[in-house]
Amino acid sequence: MAPSSTPTIDIESLGLDQGALLLIRRALAERPVGGELQVRGRSPDWQMHLEAWCRSQGHPLRFETAVDGIAQARITRGPHAEGRWRDAQATGTAHGDINGMPAEDAASGWGLAARGATVEAGSPDFFFALHRRHELWAATAGELYRQAAAAQWDPGTAIDWDAVFELPPPIEAAVVQVMTYLIENENAALLVPARHLGQIHPHYREVLQLLALQCGDEARHVEVFTRRATLRGHEPALSTAGGQASLRTLFDAPDFSVATFLLAVLGEGSFVNLLNFLQANAPDPVTRQIARLTARDEARHVAFGMAHLEYRLSVQPDYQAKLRNAIEVRYDALAHTAGLNEEVFDALVLLAAGELSPEAIARGHAAVQQLQRDMAAGRRARLARLGFERDEAKRLSDLHTRNFM
Amino acid sequence: MSEPTLIMGAVAYAPKVVTIWEGFKAFFVKNGLPFDYVLYSNYEKQVEAQFDDTLHLAWNSPLAWVRADRIARSRGQQVKAVAMRDTDCDLRSAIVVRADSPVQTLAELRDKTVGMGALDSPQATLIPLDHLRSAGLVKQRDFQLRYFDVLGGKHGDHIGGERDAAVALMAGEVDACCLIDGNHLAFGLDGTLPSGSTRVIARTGAYDHCNFTTSPGAPADLIERFVALLMAMRWDDPQVRPLLELEGLREWRAGRTSGYALLERAVDDENFYSRDGAILNPDYRY
Repeated sequence: MAPSSTPTIDIESLGLDQGALLLIRRALAERPVGGELQVRGRSPDWQMHLEAWCRSQGHPLRFETAVDGIAQARITRGPHAEGRWRDAQATGTAHGDINGMPAEDAASGWGLAARGATVEAGSPDFFFALHRRHELWAATAGELYRQAAAAQWDPGTAIDWDAVFELPPPIEAAVVQVMTYLIENENAALLVPARHLGQIHPHYREVLQLLALQCGDEARHVEVFTRRATLRGHEPALSTAGGQASLRTLFDAPDFSVATFLLAVLGEGSFVNLLNFLQANAPDPVTRQIARLTARDEARHVAFGMAHLEYRLSVQPDYQAKLRNAIEVRYDALAHTAGLNEEVFDALVLLAAGELSPEAIARGHAAVQQLQRDMAAGRRARLARLGFERDEAKRLSDLHTRNFM
Repeated sequence: MSEPTLIMGAVAYAPKVVTIWEGFKAFFVKNGLPFDYVLYSNYEKQVEAQFDDTLHLAWNSPLAWVRADRIARSRGQQVKAVAMRDTDCDLRSAIVVRADSPVQTLAELRDKTVGMGALDSPQATLIPLDHLRSAGLVKQRDFQLRYFDVLGGKHGDHIGGERDAAVALMAGEVDACCLIDGNHLAFGLDGTLPSGSTRVIARTGAYDHCNFTTSPGAPADLIERFVALLMAMRWDDPQVRPLLELEGLREWRAGRTSGYALLERAVDDENFYSRDGAILNPDYRY
């Protein structure tokens, strides 16, 4: 008799409950549907287990005695195993298309699967409000994420909390007031992206990862500003209704791009100027260190906001009208508020002055005025980069909330 | 007048039963068969409802099939097994001892303690009892029987009794335990019975498990459409596959009744049901 051409695997003394199923599954997967596989084994229960397994998987099975008198199984590959992957969903590739771009629209049925994974048909739909590329993408998102991951710092060690300094009580109080103001703004800067983060389809993982680190940045900022405010035993100081009303408009912005525009491009952009001002003018080394580290993070947040809006406007130029409208609506909404509260304004003057003499105050006041000019110039420049005409950029910059953020 | 609705009974032995039958109901209705189901907490009430015009058919355990068949025959009526799962055919149960047990054969279980499943479990109690009886071992006379009586009335559908018996075997509380062959593999894979820790000393003959049992006088056209739709369910249909997975099958098959002989014999030998389907076991709670 000619030897059988049916492939044979010998699982030797390995039990099906010890891993032999893996060997059988792999060997069977190489057979066509209806093709056969012979299995030989020696573990005590292998035949009973194989019978139970084949029954559960829909593979016909029979036992026979081989030429050498040893029992062997003959499995016929059933039609079901590959059924699971019929009409499976392709989800692009891990690194995007040849230009590194993810899909234009991520399907709800791709769910939480890795980008590039093959997803079984019938997987549950997930609702992600942000599932279209132009609504959230930035060409540099991956690069910014890598930068952000590399630039994380530890508040416990990055700042010399034990640095020796002593400030006159009015100056220390001014620091506490500025820190109080910074904390509420950073709470907004944490919560606004966080509210959108949970709505982003994970197909756009670079944006997801970057925003997660942005939230981590802001959490750290809240910590260091709080630690500085309370470093000399004070509680945080005053928070105005106008300031919170201004932040509320960011908080409530339902559209990711609009929220990013108002928060990152206009607000955090101005904040970079403010933090640079503190780095240059703060009266103590701890505040200066904090300002330096947080400004670096904020600059990255601005970079993402700009990159996202540049991308969106490149594929949807008429979106510019929405941005213009967002500034005007926000200006109207805040028209009845007091703008930057005088406590914060005075505190900044005092910090820059370092003392209460008229001469010093004059210096401090001039510095704050220069800060406001720097902020306005920065906003105009960013608006111009987003394609607004020079005069329009100036007009819109001037409409930006006097609360800076 | 609207078309009559086919009413099916199913036993809620686990929460997934709701998911399964809600899904199947949607499938049947979408495919033009008015269908609804009623859930029972035990098979005994379900079988009885097959004879009072409540149900047109029932998704019955093998033991429920035996009872329905007996009641019908005693009344000069007929019930039919119209469909079953591919995985309902040719099951076997195993009688298992610890690997280090001195017991090598069934005869050596004499005067030992054997752990079984629920009182009403075909696979973990009644059929193993039949197998032991065939080997000359009668419960209580020749060996001690310890039931792991989880969820009476569910006819052993719940895996809990078999698992409890397996755990008791490993703890040395019983000398042997009985379980379905697939569960011996499953408990090996999940670590309940660590690989190599047990030895199978006997396997029962092959038997069949559940079937869809029609009630006497069930509307033939609706039943026919029901069976045709079952047979049309495909594992590679992503809408249906999760339900088939939950129900533990790859495809539906035509019903057959050739695989219930062992259970029939056990039911008589254990005085579980009378010839006309009355419940005889005084300890049975459901």
